[in-house]
This record gives sequence, C-alpha cells and structure tokens, in this order.
Amino acid sequence: MAYKVTGIRFNQYLKELEKEYLIFAPVALLGKGAFTNTDSVRYQKITKLEEVELTIKANFSAKEILLPITETLFYFNEDNWTEPKVHDKKILLFLRSCDIHGIKRLDDIYLRNGCEDPYYKVFRKKVRFCLIECYESFANCFCASMGTNITDEYDMFIRPEGDYVYVGINNKEMGRLDEKVVDLSPRFVMQNKTKVSIPKELSKGLAQSVFWEEYSSRCIGCGRCSFVCPTCSCFSMQDIFYKENKNMGERRRVWSSCMVDGFTDMAGGHSFRKKQGDRMRFRVMHKFHDYKKRFGYHMCVGCGRCDDACPEYISIAHCANRLKSIVEEK
Amino acid sequence: MDINTKILKKNAFRITKERYKTAIRIRVPGGEMAAKYLDTVKYVAETFGNGTIHITTRQGFEIPGIDIEKMAEVNAIIQSLIDGLEVNQTDSNAGYSAAGTRNVAACIGSRVCQFANFDTSAFAQRIEKVIFPNDYHVKIALTGCPNDCIKARMNDFGIIGMNEPQYDSYRCIGCQACVKACEKKSAGALKFENFKVVRHSDKCIGCGECVLKCPTGAWTRSSNKLYQLVIMGRTGRKNPRIAQPFIKWIDEASVLEIIKNTYAYVHNYIDKDAPGGKEHVGYIVDRTGYQVFKNWVLKDVILNPKAQVAEYIYW
Repeated sequence: MAYKVTGIRFNQYLKELEKEYLIFAPVALLGKGAFTNTDSVRYQKITKLEEVELTIKANFSAKEILLPITETLFYFNEDNWTEPKVHDKKILLFLRSCDIHGIKRLDDIYLRNGCEDPYYKVFRKKVRFCLIECYESFANCFCASMGTNITDEYDMFIRPEGDYVYVGINNKEMGRLDEKVVDLSPRFVMQNKTKVSIPKELSKGLAQSVFWEEYSSRCIGCGRCSFVCPTCSCFSMQDIFYKENKNMGERRRVWSSCMVDGFTDMAGGHSFRKKQGDRMRFRVMHKFHDYKKRFGYHMCVGCGRCDDACPEYISIAHCANRLKSIVEEK
Repeated sequence: MDINTKILKKNAFRITKERYKTAIRIRVPGGEMAAKYLDTVKYVAETFGNGTIHITTRQGFEIPGIDIEKMAEVNAIIQSLIDGLEVNQTDSNAGYSAAGTRNVAACIGSRVCQFANFDTSAFAQRIEKVIFPNDYHVKIALTGCPNDCIKARMNDFGIIGMNEPQYDSYRCIGCQACVKACEKKSAGALKFENFKVVRHSDKCIGCGECVLKCPTGAWTRSSNKLYQLVIMGRTGRKNPRIAQPFIKWIDEASVLEIIKNTYAYVHNYIDKDAPGGKEHVGYIVDRTGYQVFKNWVLKDVILNPKAQVAEYIYW
C-alpha cells in the first residue's frame, strides 16, 4: 500500500517529520571526491527530496549515522566526568536494501554479541528506515549472491516518478499522509552482473595458503574497503588530554580497520598480522566465514563498495570466487 | 627567390639549412586536441613536406622540407586546424599571425591525472585567448601539481596548480596516511597532535597528496582553485635558471591580469637595439630588476586575499 503525492506535498511531509526527526540521506557533495572535479556521495542531513542522490550508490554507507566516525564517550577533569548530550530527536534514514541488511549486522555486533553497547543502542533506538529502491544493479553490486537484495525491514519506502512520489508506509508512526492510496510494493534488484559463490567450508588450511601472499604486494593498507563497508564495525579508543590544561580531556572512540597499520599494536610494542596479505585473509575470512559461524549468515552484504573504492583494483568479490575454486581443487 | 625572412618567421615558418625549403610549426594550445586534426598534419607533411614530423618541446608539430613557394598553400590548408584548435588569428587563411609568444604548454591535467589540481589544457586555452597573437618572446606553461611534469619552472611564467586542503576532524580516524605521505613525498606540513592532524599552512605547497591519501574523505579539495605563479625560468645561452616563486595561492583572474600586464611592461622596457629587435622577457627583468617588473605587472590587479607576493626574488 502506498500514497501517491506530489513532490511538493512530499517535501511538506518531510517538513512535518522534521519536528520529530533528523532526516539523513545520501547527498552528492560536488567537488568533494578525492580527484579534482569529482563528487562524493555521503550521508548528510536533508530537508527536501531534491537534495537526495537517488541515482547512484553512495560512496560511504549509512553506518556513520549510527556509528559516528569520531564519538566522544565522556569528558573528564580531575574528579568528575560527564557524558555528552545526545539530541532527543528520532532519525529517519534513507537507504537501500543492502544497507538495511548492513545495519542488521551492526545490531548483531553491538547488541547481540554479549553485552549491549550503550552508545550504539542510543542511536539505534532512534532510527527509522526509508527504503530507497534499486531499479538496476550498480557496478560491483552482488547483493543477490548474499541474499541482501530484498528486505521487509523498512518503515517506509519512496518511489519518485515524474512530479509525483509514491510513499509506502510500513509503520504507523510514519503515516501522516491522506492522499490517494495505490497498491504498490517496493521493487528490488533480483540479479547482479557480479556473482559471488561462497564455498560452504572454508577449510583451516586456507589460512596458511600462499594465495594471500599476492595481496601483500598489491594492497597498500589504506583501509578504504573498511571505511566504506556497511558492516565493518571496529573502532579504537583515544584519550585526549587538552593541550591548554592536561587535567581535562575526553575519551573518544574512532573508526578503525584491520587493514591499516596500528590496528594490532599491543602494549610493549608487539603487533601481529604485519603483512597486508595476512590482513586481507583476516578481513575476508571474517566477512565470509567466521561471522557466519556465530550468526548463521555471512557478514558481507554484497554492496560492492570495497570494490568501488579500492585504489589498487583489488576486488573482494573476485577474491571470494577464487577461494571457491581453491577449495574445490583440494 | 626574393622572400622577406622577417615576415616568414613571424608566420611560424623557419629558415632552414636547406636553401629554398622551410618548416612550419603547428602549435597545440594546452597540448590537447581532437585526434582528427592529425590528418591535416599528416597531409601537409606528406604532400608539401618530406614526409616526416618533428614533435616539438612546446607541444606542437614541426613539418620540415616544405618549399618556401608553397607557404601560402600550406597556410590555406592549415586553416581548419587553426579554427579547430581555436588559435587566435588576425587574417584568415594566412596561417599564424605571430610566432614570438610561444605555445602555451600544459601537462595532461585533471582530465586524466589523479594528482592534477586543475584542468591545465582549459586554462591554457583561456590564456591563448588573452595573449595571442603576439611577437614578444614569452613562454608560459601550466602544470597540474607541484610534480611539475611540464617543467613549468623552465618558463617565463609557470602556473602550478595548488589545492588548499579542507580538514574535517570529525571524519579523521587518525591513520596518519596523510601525515606520512606529506612527510615522505611532499612538504612535511602535517603533524599529528592529540590523535588529529594539524596543517602548517606556511609549509603547505598545496599538492593535494593528503586529499588523495585520506581513506575517509576527512581531507577534501577547496572549491576555490588557486595556483602558484613562478617566474623567469629559462634555458638558453645566458644564465639558464629555474623559475622562482612570485605569488603563492593566486587565483586565475589575477594570473591572467598579470600576464596581460607583462606585455605592456615588455613594450616599455624592451631593448630597442636588441639583435633582430627581439629580447626575451627574462633578460628585460634582469635589466630592470624585480621591483620594477612587480610594480608594472601588479598595476590595477586586485589580488585575491589569499595571494602571497614574494617581496624579493633572487634567481
């Protein structure tokens, strides 16, 4: 079921929602790509549908709305500490099916993997999903292979068509429209050009395989694959002592990645997984093996952003398919 | 044969070793053109020349072995090229109207190269519109970043693309990829303090390496395109030298004004007794001194606020 409204009416609807919600969606930031005269599509606060970039895949996933890149956990001085204020609004997030599945993985890691993470939980409780449909697969997408191309975990969905917007409501909270009702459900991509086939058993021997060595010479350890990934959820801690007064400061958590230097540094200066090939093995095995052992499905949602972003043209999809052929040869 | 060699030379032809033969220089502003124009170059070389082409250092084609008598015919044929490459011209079908100011050369720039901070060919073509045709001897080259692949520092005016990086500390994850790259590959202008990056703007040369290395987009490009203008580099017999920084963080409008003013300066100060009436702008600056040059070329120029002009230059 969906409402058919004009674009103007839809923007009014967003304005009404703004009283209760902060609305985030992918926005094309002109000239903010790494190279001259290139753009970057990132999650930003929006007020109108026209601001939303619906035609291409966002370069960064929606995870940063739930998992801030830099998050102050508390401020401290000699005797006391205080937590920063969190806004009291709910969050409406425009995102695609793969990203909704990505947030399900973040929920596993932060809420269903032992004790709950209170910082994540604060944001998670606020979030409502507005599904963006995919009419066709983008470059490097392999959601169909990962079973993340379809979702019913959305609170609403939109389909802009000409001067009109179809608004499907799946949650009464979002229902503030009384326009013409049409029978409509969201469209999903059913197949991708890129297909990934994960072997059922990734044997232990694979961990020692020379297969990974190639990546030691190819990967530069920049971490782009992790930072654009909707399911990479690692962070590191930083205790800051303010320069002007060392008795005051703050504790932050900041995104991190198993692909970058310093991730495995330990007290005393020891570190492990020094070679990029080892880091690649660790990351790939987590996405396509270890995680599934605990949660029953793969961590990777097949959004293909890692393949989009890698400056060295390393494809995780290609890597996964190579694993299969190695396993089958054995 | 009676031929005015002065006119021939200004028409972008050359007096060659072989008597009664000439060579034409086809120039490509900004070093970029549609491939179809190669057909004309090939036709002239095979029909009028000796079938060879010399690729020039300033991004042109020199076609040797042409009969001096055939100059008018060649000029008529290359008209499509002059039109197509949007070369400024005084009289149609008469070939190049001047040959003193050399082709404005450019590296491949941001149309292709990841490092380039601007579209070098497009800027070169805008300079073409301002200064051509002109008999005064001035060399200009544009390069997308301080790598200076075009060797802009060997020119009278070298325009080097700069990018004033913008830092969003919220997006910085402290991986230090930018800090390491700046230290090893560039100016060492970035320091890591309290898990975030501090940029020393006086050291920064605006290469853009931090933006290229940043995995989270914490560093981005400024929407305001700025340049470093270096001046009076040269090769040649008398005191070859590389160009020195004149103005850092200058905008395009100011660069164009300064180049335009330079021609007025040359007109006023050129040695009237110079051999062949030709004097290279760099030697004029040697005679008048930097301060006189500076006052002339900055006359009525309203520099953008970020521009930093060198007080003195010692080549």
